[in-house]
Amino acid sequence: MAAAALHRLWQWFDSRMPTVAAEWRKHASEYYAPKNFNFWYFFGSLALLVLVIQIVSGIFLTMNYKPDANLAFGSVEYIMRDVPGGWIIRYIHSTGASAFFIVVYLHMFRALLYGSHREPRELVWIFGVLIYLTLMGEAFFGYLLPWGQMSYWGAQVIVNLFGTIPFIGPDLALWIRGDYVVSDATLNRFFALHVIAFPLVLLGLVVAHLLALHDVGSNNPDGVDAKKLKTPDGHYLDAIPFHPYYTVKDLAGAVVFLMIFCFVMFFVPEMGGYFLEYNNFIPADPLKTPPHIAPVWYFTPYYSILRAVPPLFHSQFPGVLAMGVAVLVFFFLPWLDRAPVRSIRYRGTLYKAWLAAFVIVFVILGYLGTEPTTVWGQFHFDAFFLDTKDIATWVARLCTIVYFLFFFLMPWYTARDKVKPVPERVVYH
Amino acid sequence: MNDNEKPDPKTNRARRRLVVATSAVGAAAGLGAAAPFAASMWPSDRARAAGAPVDVDISRVAPGELAVFEWRGKPVWVLKRTPEMLASLKAVEPRLSDPLSKASEQPKYAQNEYRSAKPDTLVLVGVCTHLGCSPQEKPAEARAEMGADWLGGFYCPCHGSKFDFAGRVFKGSPAPTNLVVPPYTLVSEGKVVIGEDEKTKGA
Repeated sequence: MAAAALHRLWQWFDSRMPTVAAEWRKHASEYYAPKNFNFWYFFGSLALLVLVIQIVSGIFLTMNYKPDANLAFGSVEYIMRDVPGGWIIRYIHSTGASAFFIVVYLHMFRALLYGSHREPRELVWIFGVLIYLTLMGEAFFGYLLPWGQMSYWGAQVIVNLFGTIPFIGPDLALWIRGDYVVSDATLNRFFALHVIAFPLVLLGLVVAHLLALHDVGSNNPDGVDAKKLKTPDGHYLDAIPFHPYYTVKDLAGAVVFLMIFCFVMFFVPEMGGYFLEYNNFIPADPLKTPPHIAPVWYFTPYYSILRAVPPLFHSQFPGVLAMGVAVLVFFFLPWLDRAPVRSIRYRGTLYKAWLAAFVIVFVILGYLGTEPTTVWGQFHFDAFFLDTKDIATWVARLCTIVYFLFFFLMPWYTARDKVKPVPERVVYH
Repeated sequence: MNDNEKPDPKTNRARRRLVVATSAVGAAAGLGAAAPFAASMWPSDRARAAGAPVDVDISRVAPGELAVFEWRGKPVWVLKRTPEMLASLKAVEPRLSDPLSKASEQPKYAQNEYRSAKPDTLVLVGVCTHLGCSPQEKPAEARAEMGADWLGGFYCPCHGSKFDFAGRVFKGSPAPTNLVVPPYTLVSEGKVVIGEDEKTKGA
């Protein structure tokens, strides 16, 4: 009885707005995805889940947060101590920020493994890199809001990065800050950008990313076309409907992810100073830089590159440029890669070795960026070329070179690589 | 116009021209509408007015001691240098990237070997010329941490720039130039006006 009434209600709705059912079919129940997705294919849906977590927890944080240089720090402490459940909401949001970057980095790495950025999915990749850039901005603006020492000095450094751009730099930095130093004006506008402007852009880009993906279809661990072969009665041999097959698979992934997420949130929300830096529990002091400052872990590879490049002609711009190129170079990846195959399963040793080297230097740069340059001591000899004796700086320079060679030599080593024959169909283990 | 009627090419061209002209005007209006939003992000009149000079009392700053004052929201240091500190300036010169402060920012009266109007009184904006962190004083005694040849100066915790006791940057630091000396006036033995000198008064 009730079921029949519900069905009639649905029919009433569907006859007036058939788009909903049509879109559901297009993007879920009749969106055919390759049947051989593996572990690496969890991270797209997990990124979406984290986005929802961040938006929901963020909305509730704004109900008690005050974007005012005199009140911000106190309002965060108020949320932590006095607002019922406030601490949990704040830890959800701070853990979510790091979780976002973890799943996004793994999601990007998946593309490098299986060639998901290659033709015809270049646009999917470009929207993805735009999402990554927006996310970096979002994280940067959000990090200023607690108005702790790290918030303040991190913002100071990053805004000054723009100040090093020749000619327009100083005015640009002034325009971004809205004051001569990072101040209340800066905090207020970063709040606006963090809670409304960038999330809107982010949502739009996520929609574009998914629409572009669904137009060309998903790649898979074999990098072959899963929709090429059909049975005589017209079914895809190697592709299955996203719903229910992958919605259920992704739910299982989400459950495991949430278990880890909750463990971090409840037991180690600061993650030893990596997710929430200790110096950020001290209110911002414009007159005193903390003894050691470093950005949050997800920015540290780029921060290391920035530190590694020595100034040229009394300008720090080369370091800033290197850092900018290190991020923007991702856009060009689909065209830098010249291999005739997509997936790492059929690539030769050259690409595998370069990808491994890239991952290693990315991690080393990331680690060094969290530490002072003196972390590995100094060289005990003098030489004319040693402008600094800090060993870590030289290691970072070496890693920076490998980082860029991975990209700039890619057209050469991917074309020269000995690839294996690609199978006709996906390999289903 | 119905479907089997061919549009008159002349009318068509005229219409296209009108569409282009209207779009161009619309785009210009859009840009104009964006201007107030972009302009609102510049420092407000209140923020601009807050840059007045400050009077500071340094009568109680002992030799070797560093006092920090706030000017335009930035830390300004006043360091009373001891004879040893002043002697270290000569010794470190070969290791500096701009020992004569030619590429650096300071008033005329501070472009000398001490970078100050009066040798013992150093006035500096305590903001690293690299990316704006505030360096820390590291006395000569911090040798264990700063290296055996350290004679004292300042160290920026953000990116490891090193400066001597005149705010001059050491080679190999990411900071491109020496620390900035602000305009200042030594009014009397114990009083300094930061942000004002003969030149800025004239202006």
